[in-house]
Amino acid sequence: MHVPDGFFDAPTALASGAAAAAGVTVAVRRAGAQLEDHQVPLAGLTAAYIFAVQMLNFPVAAGTSGHLLGGALAAVLVGPWVAALCMTVVLGVQALVFADGGLSALGVNVVLMGFVSVFVGYAAYLALRRLLPASPRTIPVAAAAGGWFAVVASAAVFVALYAVGGAGDVSLWAVAGAMVGVHSVIGIGEAAITFLTVAAVVGARPDLLHRPPEDAVGSAVVGVRP
Amino acid sequence: MRRLRLRWYIAGGTALALLLATFVAPNASSAPDGLERVAIDQGFDGTAEEHAVGDGPLADYGVRGLDGDVPVALSGSIGIGLTFAVGMGLVAAARKLRPRQPLEAAPGA
Repeated sequence: MHVPDGFFDAPTALASGAAAAAGVTVAVRRAGAQLEDHQVPLAGLTAAYIFAVQMLNFPVAAGTSGHLLGGALAAVLVGPWVAALCMTVVLGVQALVFADGGLSALGVNVVLMGFVSVFVGYAAYLALRRLLPASPRTIPVAAAAGGWFAVVASAAVFVALYAVGGAGDVSLWAVAGAMVGVHSVIGIGEAAITFLTVAAVVGARPDLLHRPPEDAVGSAVVGVRP
Repeated sequence: MRRLRLRWYIAGGTALALLLATFVAPNASSAPDGLERVAIDQGFDGTAEEHAVGDGPLADYGVRGLDGDVPVALSGSIGIGLTFAVGMGLVAAARKLRPRQPLEAAPGA
């Protein structure tokens, strides 16, 4: 979903850049309070893993592919504020070094994939954790659902931004239907990768999974309590 | 149950990322992604501009001047190293900025 240069007019690109900068500033403040020192490498690993898996485009229909965005996955692994920083790092490196995602569109991409996908994915994950029985087995399921909602929400917010400052002359309803339609299929791949990754973490080191506040998930606790 | 040590956990995760970039990424689909497909179908792909670093040494996950699978694996591995280092550095810096005491206990801060 990396937006190239030229899709948005300058005011929208600039405003998105300002919003992204403000979001990153808040995330830096909040992330510092969230992680223990020994968990700092987990942020590096999360960014690196998401960078790698984003390279793995899978076919979703004739002549169309999709790849992991990873916002929900990152939020489940390291919490939403650290996740937003990890996603921003991935998007920044992709735009600056790999010519993936426009430089003037970096703000748009950070807003869509660094914040919308992270926080929508995290909210859906928490909601599912509350709904499902409290067990380590249900955590990957909740994470997978978070992944699906994250991708579809990012697609929907892209359309909303395009309505405000898109450069092309399009039928917005057609764009909305197409974006949400194709990304609800891509979201299935996102959900599968998120499920497998979170299941592996729950199997190996459940204590390293970000622990949401207990009032957000009820009494569901993973692996660290008797 | 014996726990996997943190350093082995990090090493294992990084090794998995490198394996994916080396052996899976070269076989990934090169079809347009969801947004590119919609832009083509809905006729707004034409406003996309050439990327400012489109001629860069690692543009489009390759290595300039090389063809085949090796440059994908190589540029992917460089990207993994870069994102790991920058991600860890940024969060370590954020960690340094945090208040020494819990927020409610910090006088006037």
